[in-house]
Amino acid sequence: MGGNPQLDEQGALRHLLTIDGLPRQTLVQILDTAESFVAVNEQEVRKVPLLRGKAIFNLFFEPSTRTRTTFEIAAKRLSADVINLNIGTSSQSKGETLLDTVDNLAAMQADMFIVRHAQSGAAHMIARHVAPHIHVVNAGDGRHAHPTQGLLDMFTIRRYKSAFHNLRVAIVGDVLHSRVARSQIHALTTLGVPEVRVVAPKTLLPVDVAQMGVHVFHDMVAGLRDVDVVIILRLQNERMRGARLPSTQEYFHYYGLTPEKLACAKPDAIVMHPGPMNRGVEIDSRVADGGQSVILPQVTFGIAVRMAVMSILAGNS
Amino acid sequence: MTLPDAETLIQQLADIIRPDMTPNMVLVGMHTGGVWAAQRLHPLLDAGMPHGSLDISFYRDDFGQKGLHPTVKPTHLPFEVEDRDILLVDDVLFTGRSVRAAMNALFDYGRPQRIRLAVLIDRVEDRQLPIAADYVGAALQVPATQHIHLIQQENKTLMLKLVNL
Amino acid sequence: MMKIHLQGGRIIDPQSGLDRLGNVCVADGKIVAIGEQPPDFVADRVIDARGLCVCPGLVDLSVRLREPGNEYRATLASEMRAACAGGVTTLACPPDTEPPLDEIGLIEMLKFRAKSLHLSKVYPVAALTQKLAGERLTEMAELRDAGCIGVSQADAGLVDNQVLMRALEYAATFDITVWLRPQDVYLSRGGVAHDGVVAARLGLPAIPLAAETIAVMTILLLARETGARVHLCRLSSAMAIQMVRHAKAEGLSVTCDISIQHLHLSEIDIGYFDPNCHLVPPLRSLRDRDAIRTALADGTIDAVCSDHTPVDDDAKLLPFGETEPGASGVELLLALTLKWAAETGAPLAKALGTVTYQPARIMGVPAGQLAVGAAADLCVVDLAQWWRVDATSLKSQGKNTPFFGYELCGKVRYTLVDGLMAFEANQHGLSDS
Repeated sequence: MGGNPQLDEQGALRHLLTIDGLPRQTLVQILDTAESFVAVNEQEVRKVPLLRGKAIFNLFFEPSTRTRTTFEIAAKRLSADVINLNIGTSSQSKGETLLDTVDNLAAMQADMFIVRHAQSGAAHMIARHVAPHIHVVNAGDGRHAHPTQGLLDMFTIRRYKSAFHNLRVAIVGDVLHSRVARSQIHALTTLGVPEVRVVAPKTLLPVDVAQMGVHVFHDMVAGLRDVDVVIILRLQNERMRGARLPSTQEYFHYYGLTPEKLACAKPDAIVMHPGPMNRGVEIDSRVADGGQSVILPQVTFGIAVRMAVMSILAGNS
Repeated sequence: MTLPDAETLIQQLADIIRPDMTPNMVLVGMHTGGVWAAQRLHPLLDAGMPHGSLDISFYRDDFGQKGLHPTVKPTHLPFEVEDRDILLVDDVLFTGRSVRAAMNALFDYGRPQRIRLAVLIDRVEDRQLPIAADYVGAALQVPATQHIHLIQQENKTLMLKLVNL
Repeated sequence: MMKIHLQGGRIIDPQSGLDRLGNVCVADGKIVAIGEQPPDFVADRVIDARGLCVCPGLVDLSVRLREPGNEYRATLASEMRAACAGGVTTLACPPDTEPPLDEIGLIEMLKFRAKSLHLSKVYPVAALTQKLAGERLTEMAELRDAGCIGVSQADAGLVDNQVLMRALEYAATFDITVWLRPQDVYLSRGGVAHDGVVAARLGLPAIPLAAETIAVMTILLLARETGARVHLCRLSSAMAIQMVRHAKAEGLSVTCDISIQHLHLSEIDIGYFDPNCHLVPPLRSLRDRDAIRTALADGTIDAVCSDHTPVDDDAKLLPFGETEPGASGVELLLALTLKWAAETGAPLAKALGTVTYQPARIMGVPAGQLAVGAAADLCVVDLAQWWRVDATSLKSQGKNTPFFGYELCGKVRYTLVDGLMAFEANQHGLSDS
């Protein structure tokens, strides 16, 4: 099915669907551009006229207030017109197909779709289908990818650690079901992080995860030893039903990030979490609110990174 | 045609700006050439004067045609813009569109009391907007097929160069 | 009835090992001569077969005709025309229609409708359990008498091993072949791709190898216990094939087939969520694919089938996991089998055997051979003609195949069923209009 569907014939970014397969220079360009938008967000008027007159549709087939809001703020700070659609509750339940919905919105002169969907590959499918002038940003598809989250995490790491080439990063938790983890792994390896670890019980790891270029740990103390960055993933409650875990209590005991376990990491290690957090399940409040946590800055940087992505895409027409 | 020496123009600019200086004045260079020019002017005017840099990529009116500039630089204004007397510095004043973008950008940081514009070169024939510089190093007529670039050499001194499009 | 003289072709009969230049004469629906033209034979039509290959019509173990119940996807007429264009003169259709083929009335209607088209010969495989629900047995002896060549659960799976064991015992009583696609219903639940590196990367819900191997082991143990004759459909993994190899060596009455997709493709071909690679069973690793290619050569795998599954565009224009699995393939069976032979160095006759007499034996029908006195079900093939797979080159209503864009070698020029011209490419032989 052809080459990388995210890039146009000149190799410029047309859609952002996944970090998998993107060149390092593209990631760096996004991060560098985001630095400029951090400055914009500190202006008195936190708004630039870049996307004036552009119509950006937030197409959320799966509910998410947080991600949708950060995209909305980012688009508004770029002066775009933002239209929010929670489709899970409207036409999809009336039998309209996904592509019918997309076609209808495209007919309303859309310039960009921000798509979230419960199925892996949904954003790719929409990107293949839309007219050439429409850009698609994947805001999370199933277990596959959440590239803007991955990028904002890289932005955060670069802000606190300044370089990637000398880091040890541990991702802890439900990698199997996590689109965030997949995007982080691709971003970290593309940006040259020499050692990326995943730490989880076998039931929460894909069988061939090592082939994605990560080191697998089942013991958290060993997995956190001497790392510079600890990324904690959210644990969904449904995992208890699929026989993947016995209880949240046992999970917290072995894989919850406590100050004691964090002490195995480097003293200046930072702690990240894509949110929303389950305190007492995957992370102890003392860590979440502690001095090594950069969880709130992640949210702030998320707006700048999404502004960067939208403005780069809209400019590649 | 031979271009004037950039270092001489900097000296001349400093000389004509100096009488108009106020205690409320800040220096703002526009990326990239204007930042270099402002850095050279700064010690000649007043080494204690606050100075910053401005990237206008997000305010350009050719975004729809050219997209985002691949090397956007952060804007760095380490002072309040509100009620300041701003001396905006650019290398070449051409169509006037960059200055328009720069003024829009400055107003998003606050309401300055006054903005004045200093440029090394003024291509006065090519203006497309009602914009004029307050301080000009040299006024030149250049064919529309040519650009004037400011170059920073390894020893940090500046040089003007003519480039064919 | 028309007498046809196929003149000067390369005649290949994989079963007898015949491979010679000569003539094939057809009269009254049967082959009357192979080699020399009988002196008294006066043809109504002479077909110049010089430079072409005359071989038995292909036998395809799995072609979904989408009738009854799914006529919006494809019809008997459209898919049987596609079959004839692919040189397939005999085909088995699985029981997963709507309603499933679990009653004699449905079988008779299907056979009658198929027969009236005068195209390929259709042999239904009846449902093993009523409504394919996996609970109550169908009247399989009567279904056999009505013309079904076996019983199957198709892709519906069978949860209850007690039902499976009883079904095998009952089928063995009447010497009916049980066709089973091995799949542990629980282990494959919710999965859409092989549990390997691609599913890990794309975040697709995965189906582990054990979903197939556990089921194969269960079936083989119960087949030994009950003495039933079992045909394993669409194997996808190296380990399952190894189990079959052992079972055959033990003398168990077991056969198996694979699809053309699994003969050539692996999980890697999913690329960026190509919905045409959403298949059942899933495309496995390259290692599995290579094991399939080897096992076809060494005879462990008895037959190659198209597993033809026309799917309408709407059902493929969805996120990968929501798309309907399956690929259209009856027109690709020949060329893709030849491609395997060309790539592995397998002899032509051996390759043709896997799509002619070998599947015919599994079905238990007299087909897939060239013999004097046998039905004139044959095709004339240009083995050297390259063609490109695209939506316009396929007659099937299902324009869904992972092989779009492939350049394949080997194209059917003429297909005869019972001595009647069922397909004829246009005079240039490039494509017919």
